[in-house]
Amino acid sequence: MAKVDNARSGGYAQGEKAWMAKNALDDLIQALRRRGYRTVLPRVSEGAIVYADAKNTDNLPIGVLDAQDGGTYRLSQTDEDTYFDYVVGPHSLKNYMFLPREPVLSGKRVDGKWHFSTPQDPPEPLAVIGVRSCDLHALAIQDKVFLQGEYVDAAYQARRAALFLVAVNCRRALATCFCHSMGTGPALDQGYDLALTELGGNEEEGGFVVAVGTDSGGDVLSEVPTREATKAEISKAQEQVRQLAQELEQRDCGPADAAPSASDLPRQRQLDTGGIRDLLLNNLEHTQWEDVAERCLACANCTLVCPTCFCSSVEEISDLTGEEVRRERVWSSCFTAEHSYMNSGVVRQNTKARYRQWLVHKLATWIDQFDVSGCVGCGRCITWCPVGIDLTEEVAAIRGDQS
Amino acid sequence: MAAVRKKKLAVFKFASCDGCQLSLLDCEDELLQLAEAIEIAYFLEARSQQLPGPYDIGLVEGSITTPHDRARIQEVRQKCHRLVTIGACATSGGIQALRNWADHDEFLNYVYAKPGFIDSLATSTAISDHVRVDYELRGCPVNKHQLLQVVSAFARGLKPQLPTYSVCVDCKREGTVCVAVSQGVACLGPVTQAGCGGALCPTHHRECFGCFGPQEMPNPASLSARYKSQEVDSPRLVRLLRNFNSNAPAFRDEGNRLSG
Ligand code: SF4
Ligand code: SF4
Ligand code: SF4
Repeated sequence: MAKVDNARSGGYAQGEKAWMAKNALDDLIQALRRRGYRTVLPRVSEGAIVYADAKNTDNLPIGVLDAQDGGTYRLSQTDEDTYFDYVVGPHSLKNYMFLPREPVLSGKRVDGKWHFSTPQDPPEPLAVIGVRSCDLHALAIQDKVFLQGEYVDAAYQARRAALFLVAVNCRRALATCFCHSMGTGPALDQGYDLALTELGGNEEEGGFVVAVGTDSGGDVLSEVPTREATKAEISKAQEQVRQLAQELEQRDCGPADAAPSASDLPRQRQLDTGGIRDLLLNNLEHTQWEDVAERCLACANCTLVCPTCFCSSVEEISDLTGEEVRRERVWSSCFTAEHSYMNSGVVRQNTKARYRQWLVHKLATWIDQFDVSGCVGCGRCITWCPVGIDLTEEVAAIRGDQS
Repeated sequence: MAAVRKKKLAVFKFASCDGCQLSLLDCEDELLQLAEAIEIAYFLEARSQQLPGPYDIGLVEGSITTPHDRARIQEVRQKCHRLVTIGACATSGGIQALRNWADHDEFLNYVYAKPGFIDSLATSTAISDHVRVDYELRGCPVNKHQLLQVVSAFARGLKPQLPTYSVCVDCKREGTVCVAVSQGVACLGPVTQAGCGGALCPTHHRECFGCFGPQEMPNPASLSARYKSQEVDSPRLVRLLRNFNSNAPAFRDEGNRLSG
């Protein structure tokens, strides 16, 4: 195994590490496509980095950086040869696994008799390139929701089984990131087929240290021009990941302070999760809920961008004759009235009740339900809230009164 | 099925541009299905034959802007078992409700050579300000799929299932990038009701103009505070709010507050 060569015959085994030149990323895409995968890559669209179908690496956001804060997201173009130095965008794996709209049943009346069918087509195998550690933890949470226990979502299960993930170790963290507080990052630790750590920039020869997470990852990689990674490359990659983790941990050194700092720099997020379940459940009548309800628009953006939120509603669609009907499951949100509608009316009548439902479920009762927090610290709900409401500040305000 | 009497549909026009009625005609293929499912008893724009009331379903387009219409809507209400208002004019007063902030007599003198012949009200108001309304269909114009859904639901005695939540919900389901967050553009989506069909304007990289009126629990004061902090000035926000639904209470009150 010590041989460092230009070509590699035979597959890589799980746990092995390869060196892949930057331009070989396209070979990886082609290897996946030859195996029948639909390939989804990051690209710039409408002023943000989103996931989109791509046949090659032509539209990768090379040198593009993002800046995010409560309610704002801006891109800038640098002349660096960096492939993945932006952080998370508005889309997540949820857009591909828990579909925004999905037919679940259709029916047709022929000669007075109803015939019903559920969609059975096997999903197209899907490869997503560029996901982060927080995203993989969010996926693991959605797996619990849809696959564990008595009721398994068969369509989700089929899509999930056909998913190939090329993950990336972050080299930057944003002001809105707090994966370190949630124990979900920044270092990749689970859930990927292949994990890339990008090394180098303009100054030195760039490439990726590729860690093999699964056998199918190793098989695909064997079709890509690579060589075994050297000890020096591996330790450089590890050091880079460790440094970012340390940078994030150092945010914890200051006092938990919800007040804006004197500088113009955005607040560097963190969340004190100590006793958080009881903290929230013991403060259901805290005045902070009214304070946030003054600002909250009940627009539902936070829940829809959250990679773990799983609420849906069912729409019944019929043609005018009533001979053809369709049932579709769509993303829903605890910020809508219909979400808490029961036969006696809407249970959560105001924004205070809806925001509280969201946050208390996400950070407290989720733990009772799934043995894990519902938050992975990706910061999407902070960035994509049109008025910049920040859950870490709301929790800090409630906690502040307790100490 | 032959024994079941087809429900009778009537379409009435008040102060409006006819665009919402046109949405019904625009249904094309579905229009034939519609004619099979219900009897189009009174619809001047589509059919010269006029059957007398009472009607099972009355669709009302347009707002109340004249004393004559103010009286006529009472008659229409009496003739219809279910009365459904269609479009921004009927549900909130429409674009013509901008007169509510202007000098009506001055307009009359400016526009008409002989204003004495004109008998109009100083305000444009929603149908629901005058009579009881059973169901509202928002939009400028209405969305034809929503229109068909509502008509077919009433034809079969079902409750229509239309969203009342924000445009943002549809925007995110479409995977559209938020123009407010990524470009700092003042978008009315968070305070506007969904229904235009997948957040139409944001999917074309434009802000939402509020065609569907306020969502179920709007908070326009918080949204304008945010946009003002991003250097969108009050007059611009007032123009945004005083558009197709200027007289819808949530938009009207915020517009008034901002113009102080
Ligand atoms: S609650 Fe917010 S920060 Fe936490 S996972 Fe959801 S979107 Fe990310
Ligand atoms: S917290 Fe923000 S994104 Fe969530 S519903 Fe309230 S205003 Fe919308
Ligand atoms: S673009 Fe407008 S409608 Fe879409 S999420 Fe943003 S604020 Fe809401």
